[in-house]
Amino acid sequence: MAREKMQILICGGTSCSDKQSEALADNLKLELEANALENDIKVVRSGCFGLCNLGPVVKIVPGDVMYVKVTPDDAREIVSEHIMKGNKVERLLYKDPSGKTKSAEKELSVYKKQLRIVLRNCGIIDPENIEEAIAHDAYEALGKVLTEMKPLEVIKIIKDSGLRGRGGGGFPTGLKWEIAYKNKSDEKFVVCNADEGDPGAFMDRSVLEGDPHAILEAMAICGYSIEAHKGLIYIRAEYPLAVARLKTAISQAREYGLLGKDIMGTGFDFDIDIRYGAGAFVCGEETALIHSMEGMRGEPTVKPPFPAESGFMGKPTNVNNVETFACISPIILKGASWFSATGTEKSKGTKVFALAGKINNVGLIEVPMGTTLREVIFEIGGGIRKGKKFKAAQTGGPSGGCLTEKHLDTPIDFDNLTAAGSMMGSGGLIVMDEDDCMVSVAKFFLEFTVEESCGKCSPCRIGNKRLHELLEHITKGKGTLADLDRLKNMSYVIKDTSLCGLGQSSPNPVLSTLENFRDEYEAHVTVKKCPAGKCKDLMEYFIIAANCVGCTACARVCPVGAITGERKEPHFINPSICIKCGACMEKCKFDAIIIQ
Amino acid sequence: METIKVTIDNKTVEVPKGTTINKAARKLGIDIPVLCWMELHDLNIENKPAGCRICVVEVQGRRNLAPSCVTKCEEGMVVKTHTTRVLNARRTVMEFILSDHPKDCLICAKSGNCELQAMAHQLGIREIPGQEIAAMSTYRKDTSPSIIRDLDKCIMCRRCEMMCNTVQTVGALSAVNRGFMAAVAPAFEQNLEHSTCTYCGQCVAVCPTGALTEVDHTPEVLRALADPAKTVIVQTAPAVRAALGELFGMEPGTLVTGKMVTALRALGFDYVFDTDFAADLTIMEEGTELLDRLTRHLNGDKTARLPILTSCCPGWVNFFEEYFPDLKDVPSTAKSPQQMFGAVAKTYFADKIGISRKDLVVVSIMPCLAKKYECQREEFSVDNNRDVDFSISTRELAAFIKQANIDLNNLEEGQFDSPLGESTGAGVIFGATGGVIEAAVRTAYEVYTGKKLSRLDFTELRGFEGVRSATIDFDGLPLNIGIAHGLGNARKLLNDVRSGKSQFHAIEVMACPGGCIGGGGQPLHHGDSEILKARAAAIYKEDKNKPLRKSHENPFIIKLYEEFLGKPNSEKAHHLLHTKYFDKKKKIIVKQ
Amino acid sequence: MKKVKSPADLRKIKDEVRERMYSKEKIRVRVHMGTSGLASGAREIYDFLRLELEKRNIHASVISTGDMGYSHAEPTLEVTLPGKDPVVFGNVDKLKADDIIENYIKNGEYVDGILPANYRKIE
Repeated sequence: MAREKMQILICGGTSCSDKQSEALADNLKLELEANALENDIKVVRSGCFGLCNLGPVVKIVPGDVMYVKVTPDDAREIVSEHIMKGNKVERLLYKDPSGKTKSAEKELSVYKKQLRIVLRNCGIIDPENIEEAIAHDAYEALGKVLTEMKPLEVIKIIKDSGLRGRGGGGFPTGLKWEIAYKNKSDEKFVVCNADEGDPGAFMDRSVLEGDPHAILEAMAICGYSIEAHKGLIYIRAEYPLAVARLKTAISQAREYGLLGKDIMGTGFDFDIDIRYGAGAFVCGEETALIHSMEGMRGEPTVKPPFPAESGFMGKPTNVNNVETFACISPIILKGASWFSATGTEKSKGTKVFALAGKINNVGLIEVPMGTTLREVIFEIGGGIRKGKKFKAAQTGGPSGGCLTEKHLDTPIDFDNLTAAGSMMGSGGLIVMDEDDCMVSVAKFFLEFTVEESCGKCSPCRIGNKRLHELLEHITKGKGTLADLDRLKNMSYVIKDTSLCGLGQSSPNPVLSTLENFRDEYEAHVTVKKCPAGKCKDLMEYFIIAANCVGCTACARVCPVGAITGERKEPHFINPSICIKCGACMEKCKFDAIIIQ
Repeated sequence: METIKVTIDNKTVEVPKGTTINKAARKLGIDIPVLCWMELHDLNIENKPAGCRICVVEVQGRRNLAPSCVTKCEEGMVVKTHTTRVLNARRTVMEFILSDHPKDCLICAKSGNCELQAMAHQLGIREIPGQEIAAMSTYRKDTSPSIIRDLDKCIMCRRCEMMCNTVQTVGALSAVNRGFMAAVAPAFEQNLEHSTCTYCGQCVAVCPTGALTEVDHTPEVLRALADPAKTVIVQTAPAVRAALGELFGMEPGTLVTGKMVTALRALGFDYVFDTDFAADLTIMEEGTELLDRLTRHLNGDKTARLPILTSCCPGWVNFFEEYFPDLKDVPSTAKSPQQMFGAVAKTYFADKIGISRKDLVVVSIMPCLAKKYECQREEFSVDNNRDVDFSISTRELAAFIKQANIDLNNLEEGQFDSPLGESTGAGVIFGATGGVIEAAVRTAYEVYTGKKLSRLDFTELRGFEGVRSATIDFDGLPLNIGIAHGLGNARKLLNDVRSGKSQFHAIEVMACPGGCIGGGGQPLHHGDSEILKARAAAIYKEDKNKPLRKSHENPFIIKLYEEFLGKPNSEKAHHLLHTKYFDKKKKIIVKQ
Repeated sequence: MKKVKSPADLRKIKDEVRERMYSKEKIRVRVHMGTSGLASGAREIYDFLRLELEKRNIHASVISTGDMGYSHAEPTLEVTLPGKDPVVFGNVDKLKADDIIENYIKNGEYVDGILPANYRKIE
């Protein structure tokens, strides 16, 4: 191959909230043209480098030189100095606090917001080839545990690491293992919760699809620690690919002697089976999950007794979520203090979030605990779509709460989210913009919990339905101020009296939107208006007389004859006839029709 | 026993470890309301799904309110049962429940007897906020030969499910659907008739609302009584007399035999007879069958299968036809007393009074809902004319008496008519668990040994233990007897029979916990096992007071054999008084 | 079949496979085929690449893996040229795949749609 061609990479693009890079790219191209280099040197727009607080960044290959905080005006100097003469533009290089210059991308990577522990092998290894997993450290931690450590030593490392359950509750994992260890029994079980019922969250699926051996290994480590010899993965049947890859992984692990009898010649036996769930949200609750695995109706029971005392088939059972298990092997290999160095005081390590909604870069991200919502949404997530204004972000799935502008700089961890009236949940993060009606948002989430309630306890079975009905009533413009108090009271009682976590959290969207957007609720019930213009029953199409030229286009397109008016005179929409189809507004060339 | 101290509403009490808050509170005289929770103490039956959330209380240090029915006391626990938070929560939850419950109390079968209605009253609910926009969960109504299901009224207390699955192991009812549409129903929401239901009626007996009720057959009975062309006779089961009084304000355990007879006569029945007579007859047939099988067995006849199983209980018959059809030659072939009565009435008695069976209507008063199904079985009809035309429950009879303006409290003591109204104490005790086998022992012993019994009270066969066993010395032959009440207990014994492990010569089974006194057609006990105990005591009292206490000494039974049947297990007796069983294992039919 | 009888056995496999996987002479293409990738058409890209690379006489191993989480840019794939860091491309359709083969795989020339590693890895 000939000498490597010089190329310029510029971060950003359609998915970047920082639009400066666009002008920068244009300028660079112009400069190259001016020097007749446009055919020799390519300018490429790339995705995000994850260095948004240093952006826009420019990378030049060969050499991997990174320029930071580049403005469109810098284009000339980059071309004339670096490209033409081969001199680095010193002032655009990153200098660390001590004044040391860092130019290579690798040196800068410590400033990247994302840290991949859970997703470490996703997309890197072939999940259907155990050898690739082994090449990326799989089963090394298991080997270490089996040959060098006692169960309580393993538990101590997990406890010291500060790892907390990633399924939603945030219960300390090491403590959970310890309780299961202390409950002596002839038989114990390790269960991996891969139910992932939270709509919009798919990190568990991604891990199982991309790195199944990480889970198998962690379950075996857990089995060794709590003295269990049987593992069960409870996975929803709607994850056929994850199931297929798990099956392959399990059979390969057995073949290699990494599951089954006498693992790695250490005398430790551990095997794993798969159990299928029908995809009920409530089956993510551990007691309901266990009942479902036993072939019973997926309904929760009162705790205590906890599964660690009496779980699957009445035996001590340790249930952990996929993401939790995915953290285990690195903790064993690198130590508790390595893990606890990342994160906040009470929430260690990283958390995977599934970004969804009105955000540019939807997808999975993994950030250290304590990253702020602003960093997640505006840097990693690329900001709000179509440049709209951020309004709220729902965390914790349908039973979480919404965070608003005032929470943007709060470090995200278990306790801060709870304090803000939301929760970590499984890590779904749905972003809403100015066009979203918060009453409708609450109604939307309630609709889900109404569907997913198991029906065992009355507050959840009936109460949530009543909440939903009342929200519906309000979005139709039929609510009163007293209804808002009723919403609040019902919400508190449902939270206070429900049997399991589903009902205890399902009113959260109502309470947090009521708390943060009370004015919006009040607008719905007093002046009967939806400020976001989302609630159809509260919209009214209206012609601004000053803008109307009387072209009659709207009247002609109206399917129900609701618009009247003389030619060349302002027209009028009769609201009692109007069906709010919006055809007139689309037709009007003079912006005379508005929604109120 | 380890004890702990808890403080409830500022009062401290010491309770055994494991006691729930609710029970500890009761010790202090604090009556925390419960709705879904139910316990039949001596029978080891407890329903505790913690689903209704009515009984919630505030426990210091806990984030959420705790259901007092299942939350166990912990040392030093501080509980508040009537704070504003608790009262508001309880009321709001009750409003939720009521908002999804029909308000047709005026015409509901359970009105006045409904635990939900009582709770609404107790909590002083006067209105249901938001009812005007509240949707109701509605379901298809299902009527079977014995039981009507109206799930609109189901509050998901799960008592029926617990009875059907845990206690009876019948598995006909379980929770279906989810969320707002969740309810308890047969699998795939089939009709009860297509499920494994045995019609034992225990679901009806524990249902707190009008979701499960019996099929009311009193209109048909009224029509028959009003027809001058018909002679209408009635038979009353032993357990009825021990419970009917409860529905007229009497203490549980009050015997109302005589008043009941007078009431039935006042209702217009031409003859008032007693199922106890047929019970004595059953002992003759079943006892003879037992001795026959036993003798043949002892003589090495391999075709004589032991143990012999009683066959008086129709719920039990349905159960083994469903779950143990392979053992259908094991139970006694003797019909139940209800059906023996019908067969004798429509032949022997009809002849005696000179009318055709078509003009004779036989009504039975039963503590049971399965009897409704039993009398509708095809094999118990001759030319489409049933041996027993209608079976009504104790509850239906009480309503019937009230509708006829009869005040049971102020009636004279009447006497049963002859001949089918004459019975011994052995016939009476059929109403309680262990009674059938005790009656059988009294007769079989004397027939087998040729000796007189020195004592008649076999207390070793009585009691509320779910599975009991006793060995009775038959003059050198130790006869092993097993007793089970509740179908779950019966299943245990049946499994042993199936696997050949059973050491019993005879086994008595009654489908309902406590026997017929706790039948699905009896006045509702609302979870009070003291009521069942009082009824049992009444039955044994009636036995004690009878001049004759052994079936084979009943002069009218002796006469019946002399005049009509010949001897027990004769060909004629076989034809009229014995039956056969069928393989009724259900195939699941899923409605398209 | 290799039965792992001790942690040392495991280490041996690890070293062998790493050697093989990261051999300096090989072009590696990994198509991210988790549910998100497949839903956006990754299978088609995978088949296309296997066929086209062979047709164009380019020696490369094409393998399917799980997703990396770039849902907004699926289908994505990663190309590792001998001696170079892996590069991930997003929003790959057949046209883009062709572009990648012609420009990047053949000449090492970047094409639009690069998704730089915006994360830190475990050291």
